[in-house]
Amino acid sequence: MVACVALSFGGAALADAPSAAPQRVVSINLCTDQLAMMLAGEGQLLSVSRIAFDQQVSPMAEEARAYIRNFGQAEEVYMLRPDLVLAGTFTPSHTVRMLEGLGIPVVRFDITSSLDGVRDQIAKMGEVLHRQTAAAHLIADFDARRAALEEERGERPSAMLYYANGYTSGEQSLANDILELAGFSNAAVAAGYEWGMKMPLEVLALSEPDLVITTRPYPGGSRAEDVMQHPAVMALNGNSASTTVTDHDWVCGTPFVLRAAERLAEVRREMASAAQ
Amino acid sequence: MTRSNTMTRVMLPLIAATLVLFCASMLIGPARMSLGDSLSALFAGGESPMALVMREIRLPRALLAVMIGASLGLAGAAMQGYLRNPLAEPGLIGVSGSAALGAVLAIQTGLAASFALGLPLAALAGALISVLLVMALAGPRGTSLTLILAGIAVSALAAALTSLVLNLSPNPFAASEIVFWMMGSLADRSMTHVWLALPLMVLGWALLAGLGRGLDALTLGEDAAQAMGIRLTRLRLMLVIGTACVVGAGTAVAGAIGFVGLVVPHILRPLVGARPSSLLWASALGGAVMLLLADIAVRLILPERDLKLGVLTAIVGAPLFLHLILKLRKERI
Repeated sequence: MVACVALSFGGAALADAPSAAPQRVVSINLCTDQLAMMLAGEGQLLSVSRIAFDQQVSPMAEEARAYIRNFGQAEEVYMLRPDLVLAGTFTPSHTVRMLEGLGIPVVRFDITSSLDGVRDQIAKMGEVLHRQTAAAHLIADFDARRAALEEERGERPSAMLYYANGYTSGEQSLANDILELAGFSNAAVAAGYEWGMKMPLEVLALSEPDLVITTRPYPGGSRAEDVMQHPAVMALNGNSASTTVTDHDWVCGTPFVLRAAERLAEVRREMASAAQ
Repeated sequence: MTRSNTMTRVMLPLIAATLVLFCASMLIGPARMSLGDSLSALFAGGESPMALVMREIRLPRALLAVMIGASLGLAGAAMQGYLRNPLAEPGLIGVSGSAALGAVLAIQTGLAASFALGLPLAALAGALISVLLVMALAGPRGTSLTLILAGIAVSALAAALTSLVLNLSPNPFAASEIVFWMMGSLADRSMTHVWLALPLMVLGWALLAGLGRGLDALTLGEDAAQAMGIRLTRLRLMLVIGTACVVGAGTAVAGAIGFVGLVVPHILRPLVGARPSSLLWASALGGAVMLLLADIAVRLILPERDLKLGVLTAIVGAPLFLHLILKLRKERI
């Protein structure tokens, strides 16, 4: 009986979705968490995922405290009585199917692999939340900051992203766009890497980038992250004026990627002035 | 067979094989460099990227393969000589697994980061506890069965605790490293790891190499050995500490690599006339050869995937282990 009522209630919500703005939104993905927090109206967003509270990957960990923390499991999400769930394409499909089976509309957001993709994500979130005006403002601001960075001309030093387990980001990645926007050329692209792939340490050493960008290690220590401290990596960065790490601003396709690019452009200016 | 005869017949080919495989290991890698470039980069040094590849990436890998292979071969031969049991091997009786537990604890508690030798010393402690435990459980004259059963219990416990510690770690990468600690790998090791492992290994090698005369005497039985002036307590202490030193130091930097100490003495025993003292150095060289071969093979089979060394050593070692069990069973009946 209860299930029956829930189903009919959910069905009604689904049918009304295009016309009425959702009032009880639950996000279960780090990237939709951030876009929703930026765009949702007063009281519209109910809960964000636990990952949004993690400083290491979430630039909005402070803001997240205003919302209920969820662990992305169908049962607890259902108990929040949402009229819309925001998920990512990599959210386990059985969770999404179960929520949809319970009559809750779920909108899934793709992984962003370019700066243009960030604009699309903002626009999509604006539409889903019925907050098109707020989204338009955010996109206009994004375009202005991006254009300011693009205006800078000058030497383009090479940089290589080198993450835990020896992964790098090639041409088809958001990180590549951030590098390019900050005025670097991606050494992984020159070495023939098209997307995120494992790169042998020897290949890194032979490609001799002007800057190696690693990540900030998690507490506790791991062999996967130790490789970023390998003497060969250290020797490469020993010649360069500045070192830097990727942080939570690099993780999702949100306007925070511009903050990452702005900081990286600062590193490039320091490198240029040190070289003179 | 006279001693000098054994030397030329066994030692020279083993030394030659070690040298050839060491050179091959230095010349194989994902960075395609010509033979001449590689050699000039290695010897001329300097700041060039090729020198970096040769000196900081390939050299430590080849050195560690020799050091760890020799350690495991030596430890296997020494344990088998002392226990007079061909199944005794540091990996099988849980010494490597316990060393891995010590190393993991040192990394996750921050001991390894706060003090340079923290990592190998913690692995040594883990290894030491397990050698003492297994030898106490099996007894000095324990049968093969009790030794192996005690070893299974100790390895299972060490593996479970290692997995538990890595799963409890706040580091999201730690849990995926369970397979490294259980199977071992030399990928992306550096000279830092060579220097970390070397002091304890040298100490362990010295202790184990000194066992030769005692082990030879033991082949005549404990009473005869004592009559020849061998102090068994001292022999046992040297064996325990030496094994813990070499296995602990090796496991701390490369994870637990099994079966080397089982396979190598088994193959070489008939060639050295079953003399434990000759088998010690022959197994050290043989272990280096086996691990160099395994490490070259993982780079040729799956160049970019970091196939674990333990996979190959177990594929070779486990069937031999089964063969030894069958042989022992026939002898008992």
